[in-house]
Amino acid sequence: MSAPRKMLETLGIHLLLVAAVCLTIFPLAWMAMASVMPAGEASAYPMSWLPSTLSLEHYRALFSRLEVVRYIMNSALIAGAVTLISLVVNSMAGYAFAKLSFPGRERVFRGLVATLVVPGQVTMLPLFMLLKYLGLINSYWGVIVPGMASVFGIFLFRQYALSIPDSLLDAARIDGAGEWRIYRSIVLPLCKPILLTLAVFTFMGTWNDFMWPLVVLTDSRLHTLPVALANLSGEHVQDTELMMAGALLTVLPVIVLYALLQRYYIEGIMVGSIKG
Amino acid sequence: MSRQRLQTMAPERGRAGYGFVAPALFIILVFFFLPLTGALLLGFTDFDIYALGDLAYLRFIGIDNYTRLARDPLFWKALRNTLVFVVSAGPLTVLPALGLALLLHARLTRFKGFFRTALFLPVVTTLVAVAVVWRYLYHPQYGPMAAALSVFGVEPIDWLGDPHWALPAIILMAVWKNFGYSMVVFLAGLHAIPGQLYEAARIDGANAWQQFRHVTLPLLAPTTLFVAVLTLVGYLQLFAEPYVMTQGGPSQSTLSVVLLMYEEGFRWWNMGYAAAVAFLLFGIIVAGGVVLRRMQRRWLP
Repeated sequence: MSAPRKMLETLGIHLLLVAAVCLTIFPLAWMAMASVMPAGEASAYPMSWLPSTLSLEHYRALFSRLEVVRYIMNSALIAGAVTLISLVVNSMAGYAFAKLSFPGRERVFRGLVATLVVPGQVTMLPLFMLLKYLGLINSYWGVIVPGMASVFGIFLFRQYALSIPDSLLDAARIDGAGEWRIYRSIVLPLCKPILLTLAVFTFMGTWNDFMWPLVVLTDSRLHTLPVALANLSGEHVQDTELMMAGALLTVLPVIVLYALLQRYYIEGIMVGSIKG
Repeated sequence: MSRQRLQTMAPERGRAGYGFVAPALFIILVFFFLPLTGALLLGFTDFDIYALGDLAYLRFIGIDNYTRLARDPLFWKALRNTLVFVVSAGPLTVLPALGLALLLHARLTRFKGFFRTALFLPVVTTLVAVAVVWRYLYHPQYGPMAAALSVFGVEPIDWLGDPHWALPAIILMAVWKNFGYSMVVFLAGLHAIPGQLYEAARIDGANAWQQFRHVTLPLLAPTTLFVAVLTLVGYLQLFAEPYVMTQGGPSQSTLSVVLLMYEEGFRWWNMGYAAAVAFLLFGIIVAGGVVLRRMQRRWLP
């Protein structure tokens, strides 16, 4: 390829990518801008792209009048609990499916993987009745309990645990280590990267989840941030700037988490997709 | 000697295996398989708000729910909207994702990490929050969309208030939210193609298009199928976007199957009827997956 043509091609590629990034970022950038505009400025004609003055009144209103701290705590508590519990449960099962042979192992595992095609909505109605019967509707546990184990998590952990050499585990057994000890002091430390991947996935997925918390949490004091935001957007349709501030507070934690741990997040998607 | 000892320990390890999978299996059995069976049965009952209070009101009604669905214009409307959404938003998500993955993968591209991170950002955001944002982007008078279109002399469109534009508006937002995911999966697929294949093709005199057509595309076929199935399954479950942005309106133009199920089940407590809707959706998802696999076999032997 001749040098000028190569330059032209490089320029073209980067122009396209920059244009795509601008279109992608624009809604989020506009959300951030509008959230610090004085009330009414985002819904004025002609529209202004930048805030005339930096106004934090909407954030103040959210924190003082609209109890956003409560919703942040609810979301953090639920997402944190689901992440911690499912990490333990899924890693134990994933390790056993990879490394501990027991009768029926392959059949059970294949049965579990087959359930991945069932959409969540199918089980939602009877699950609601079951939790109602157990007295868990309208409580944090109602949201946490169905997320405590996941086939996807077990699958991901198993794929990773398969690469642990058997000789390592056998050596520990000969030294007299029990199975639980092996799992705790050999398997878990070796699988740290996939544990981080799973943690990011689960936390973000639970934080962003909408339909199930919407169904289970009827008391508004227990609402998660997305459910509260959806309610708020019904009551405050006209308060554009306030809604943008609320939306920003909702997405900020996941964006920060993604920025910090994106290597593990992207890794998870790649591992999940390569199984084909 | 050690090997012998390990073998005598094998049954013990088997018991340990059961112990390790027991918590996960218990949870999945109680909170997935039990409700799954329940859902199948529920679809054959007239479970409603009275039965929710006292099971004595519950009756088995056979396939009545399904025959009622077949005659329910609202269900057909929801099904039609959902299918229109899937067949338009699907390709609109997957094709740009492939294009951007190719650009990101090109040898000449710099700052790959930055571009990938920025383009992936909408995927991690909370759907409800960005749906709220897009509702304002679409505002017919003050919204940036109207301002941008007015540059080209386009008259203001009431995106979410016009039955003809509400579904396209939701499609555009879904494409924005989801293309990054497919892009990253394509990127993984592109990385897995050995570089020697392109070298061999170049030596044989293949130009850039021929390399793409005869090396990249065929080797990317499994990835493409995976992306297509994932997109199909995800898009058939359309719910939060219309729930937040339009509540299914105007005049049911954005009512989706899952939104219908939600309304019937959790708003009017017609849980038997809603379970039938859920099971039909499940059937459609399975059928869609089978069709995609067949299509791939036919076109890419």
